[in-house]
Amino acid sequence: MTAPLTSLDRPNSYIGRSVPRPNAKRLLAGRGRYVSDLRLPRMLYAAFLRSPHAHAKIVSISTEQARAVEGVHLVATGVDLAKICTPWTGTLDHFKGMTSAPQWPLPVDRVVWAGQAVVAVVAESRAIAEDALELIEVDYEDLPVVVDIDSAREAGGALINPGSVNNTCFRSQLDNGTVDDAFAHAAHVVEEEFTFGRHTAVTLEPRAIVADYDPADGALTVHHGTQTPYQFQDLYSRHYNIPEARVRVIATDIGGSFGMKLHVYHEDMAVVGLSILLGRPVKYVADRMESFVSDIHARDHRVRARMALDAEGEILAMEVEDLTAIGAFSTYPRTSVVEGNQVIRLMGAPYRFKNYRATLEVIFQNKVQTSQYRAVGHPIACAVTERLVDMAAAKLRLDPFAIRAQNVIPDDAYPQTSPTGYRFEALSHQACLTRLHEMMDYDGLRAKQADLRKRGIYRGIGIATFVEITNPSPAFYGVGGARISSQDGAILNLTPSGEVRCLISVTEQGQGTEAIISQIVADQLGLAQDHVKVITGDTEVTPHGGATWACRGAGIGGETALQATRALKRNILEIAALILQEQPSALDIVDGQVVDTATRNQRIPISEIARIAYFRSDTLPPGTQAQLTVSHHFAPQGYPFAFTNGIQGCLLEVDVETGLIRLLKHFIVEDCGRVINPMLVDEQLRGGIVQGLGAALFEECRYSDTGQLVNGSLADYLVPMPMEMPDIVIGHVETPTADTELGAKGVGEAGTAAASACVLNAVNDALAPFGATINSIPITPMKVLTALKRF
Amino acid sequence: MDLGETAVKARAFSYFRAATIDHALDAHARAGDDARFIAGGQSLVPALSLRLQAPRLMIDITHIDELRGVRREGGHLRIGALTRHCEMLSEPLIAEFAPLLHAAAPFVAHPAIRNRGTFGGSVALADPASEFPAMTLALDAEIEIAGPSGRRRVRADDFFIDLFETALQPGELITAIYVPLFRADQRFAFDELARRRGDYALVGCGILATFAGERIHDIRISYLSVGNTPTRVRGAEATLVGSRLDAVRIAAAQAALEGDLAPPESDEVPPAMRLHLARVLLGRLLGRLGEAA
Ligand SMILES: Cc1cc2nc3c(=O)[nH]c(=O)nc-3n(C[C@H](O)[C@H](O)[C@H](O)COP(=O)(O)OP(=O)(O)OC[C@H]3O[C@@H](n4cnc5c(N)ncnc54)[C@H](O)[C@@H]3O)c2cc1C
Repeated sequence: MTAPLTSLDRPNSYIGRSVPRPNAKRLLAGRGRYVSDLRLPRMLYAAFLRSPHAHAKIVSISTEQARAVEGVHLVATGVDLAKICTPWTGTLDHFKGMTSAPQWPLPVDRVVWAGQAVVAVVAESRAIAEDALELIEVDYEDLPVVVDIDSAREAGGALINPGSVNNTCFRSQLDNGTVDDAFAHAAHVVEEEFTFGRHTAVTLEPRAIVADYDPADGALTVHHGTQTPYQFQDLYSRHYNIPEARVRVIATDIGGSFGMKLHVYHEDMAVVGLSILLGRPVKYVADRMESFVSDIHARDHRVRARMALDAEGEILAMEVEDLTAIGAFSTYPRTSVVEGNQVIRLMGAPYRFKNYRATLEVIFQNKVQTSQYRAVGHPIACAVTERLVDMAAAKLRLDPFAIRAQNVIPDDAYPQTSPTGYRFEALSHQACLTRLHEMMDYDGLRAKQADLRKRGIYRGIGIATFVEITNPSPAFYGVGGARISSQDGAILNLTPSGEVRCLISVTEQGQGTEAIISQIVADQLGLAQDHVKVITGDTEVTPHGGATWACRGAGIGGETALQATRALKRNILEIAALILQEQPSALDIVDGQVVDTATRNQRIPISEIARIAYFRSDTLPPGTQAQLTVSHHFAPQGYPFAFTNGIQGCLLEVDVETGLIRLLKHFIVEDCGRVINPMLVDEQLRGGIVQGLGAALFEECRYSDTGQLVNGSLADYLVPMPMEMPDIVIGHVETPTADTELGAKGVGEAGTAAASACVLNAVNDALAPFGATINSIPITPMKVLTALKRF
Repeated sequence: MDLGETAVKARAFSYFRAATIDHALDAHARAGDDARFIAGGQSLVPALSLRLQAPRLMIDITHIDELRGVRREGGHLRIGALTRHCEMLSEPLIAEFAPLLHAAAPFVAHPAIRNRGTFGGSVALADPASEFPAMTLALDAEIEIAGPSGRRRVRADDFFIDLFETALQPGELITAIYVPLFRADQRFAFDELARRRGDYALVGCGILATFAGERIHDIRISYLSVGNTPTRVRGAEATLVGSRLDAVRIAAAQAALEGDLAPPESDEVPPAMRLHLARVLLGRLLGRLGEAA
């Protein structure tokens, strides 16, 4: 590391400071610019007729009556759109042997899940389009529906993709060390089967898109509520055969995404095609029910796992089988197998043992696709590992803290490799454990718990250690052939008034990306933060980059901004040195003023340098060409991922008569490396935890035997609400990565990674006096009462 | 959101704002069956948005003065059909003379919905998971109905017939609900079990008991979310009449629920579980009723 980045006492030292997000006021004042609000001249509105069947052949579609409705401009079927859009396949090369059927914007001959869009109507208003939908007749022929994992795997059972031999999408295996030997010689083995229900993102703003094809220019502009405008620029260009330079994707304000808006959706692709067919802007905003049946879902795993320990409680080995069902297709372009892949690779990650074997089987079924959603795979790997650790602790009569302290990789033992082969630069499990123990007043909680049990009140205390993958390198998607960048780019310029504009490829979804980028730029240049303007999310303006997903905005985007700023600063000081007849190295910038490095005496404002460079270049020495705009790209190097770690704790109370669970308090100690903005980091942790608590107790997409989603509304699908959420206490440990100057890693998924595991452990702790156990998420009153044999 | 253009879900309909009850009845009669009265809209509007209902005519009854107001009339409290859920919480006459409604109101949805939803609308809809319809049973309330053939009052016991089916005929309007005034020799209790505050309950229950000294002289126990209609549990009631509220009696009442309730199949709350929850809730409420002496 060079200069310290967190000397908070010097001017403009924004790194490490809780400064408010510059865009928060604008959003609060209702001045957000969401795609949902956008209205373009001559804009038309799309609505989709959806399949009532989970699996059926499309025999015929009759659209005459719908076409005749006044105000309807176009009725399009899968066949119509397939003429202008090439199909896509959700596989990646590094997932060897993976298969998935080709997909079109709308199905051409078969529907494969209930709720799949089948026919599009474009009209002068959404209401007219919906009226017209009711006049379309589709003749379906039912096909056998494959809903649950077991029937999907039955030999000779119904097939989702004709021509395939089975319903398997992908299989993978890991085998490190001497697993059989370890189990054979283990003093203790704990084993369990776990299930994890499907859930979905439920963003405040549903998916929204306005596609605007201009036939005169042959140019496509798409206003798209997405995290990744560059990825979509590439996809729209390639699938609709429009040169990339003529495709512009604008992702402005977006009402939440959590990974859900990274993926190609059939309706979104269709809307682009509809705009091309009509030569007019076409808008589509999913309503809540459409979101439930067409947004990606996540999780849906069944895991059988066992852990071997020696007589002292040392973990020797783990063996894991993960079975996951992903819907009828693998999602494009990131696939639907990344979650399973991460599940088997994150198992046991905090611990020292080396013997590990895992198999992953990914299956097709007639449901909507699953794919990457906040904390991909982490909650499952964490819950399985941490529950097994607790089961082992109970068997060995060890305290949950003690068994973890005994088994985590020691803080001074890095670099290390996980049992599954991940390489860790530096983690801080021991420090986090110690910190959490104090923060919770663990001994006090245990004493109180024992006391209350005597009065028939059953409290549970649970903890869960975790490791999170952040700052992904090309090892994540690039190596698999996906055109998804792992680098980011920034263009910085000093304006004639001495302010800075920063155009950067990372994007903002409400987490404060723009805030931290402006902090880094202001800090590194030596400027007040409000003199930095950050611009994101427009492929025509911002440089190509990975954008924001998988916890990379701060770690990779932040480093890009840092390096770009240092380059701009060098250029500014070069001109200043010429003007002041000094060596650039003798000068620095503080609060917008060029100063002597040694004395800190002010020499000249940077606004003056900008004035001279832009308007009086004649006064500079001959041959001088001031470069007050710089562009810079940064791709992560060194470790393929920057891992972070932490530990969560949970205190709850189980009503053993009703099965209802009250969350009393939640704790987290987290290490995301350099903290740029503590307030935003804490917000990320809290939000992530709440999503994890939702998964733990409430959220589940439930299906009937015929493949119908039975709770696809906010009345029936329970999201966590403030009344049920506990206070969340946060502590930090900082272990910066040495792979970058900034030292920041990601933090967006840490809360979600372990919250459900923690609740699972706490509930089991509460139920321990009854000898009842639960190993299924979400933990519903029915599961609790069933475990307690109350009915 | 751009409501006008992107989020229109309901099919187009005509709108009529009625100034009097006769206006409203008249308009309904003229439209045949293809009309709906709209009060708070908190159930009707979602149904329209989902296109579960698509009437040609919407008759707005919220400007009919006669449907408003809470006042004493003899031994009853007359609660106008348009009385909103939030007024159940704020109206002193309700707190004093119909405290069971006051106690149930915080469990009905969330503040935004309580600000619009009406008592009459809730009772007319007769959702078996709703709090107020079940409480009209516990309170032995009478529902006043205006229709083309005049006015009548129906006891709550005779009002709820089957799932979303009541004594109300198409084109009839609830004008008010009459609740016997709460007395000094009475006690009440309400509670429900829900996964989240404000949700429709897994099980809910309200009790109104009249005591003669320490003995129960009369008791009405009504459940929500246990079947096709709000449900009085007469078997459990019978075990309690004439006795003190001790542990043995409470257990007997809980046991009697098996004969009173036949909860529907449901994958999240199977019948046996719902029955169990109903027993737990009854035990807790009767316990509280005993302590309230
Ligand atoms: C998110 C949400 C959560 C909710 N949670 C709960 C809850 O926990 N508990 C609960 O009880 N309710 C709940 N509700 C429903 C709410 O209480 C409704 O307001 C109530 O059920 C209906 O009253 P309304 O005035 O809104 O009726 P409307 O929606 O206007 O009408 C409902 C029906 O009653 C008819 N109607 C209305 N008034 C009359 C009248 N005077 N005479 C004859 N017919 C009439 C209408 O024609 C219509 O068929 C919830 C609603 C929402 C949107």
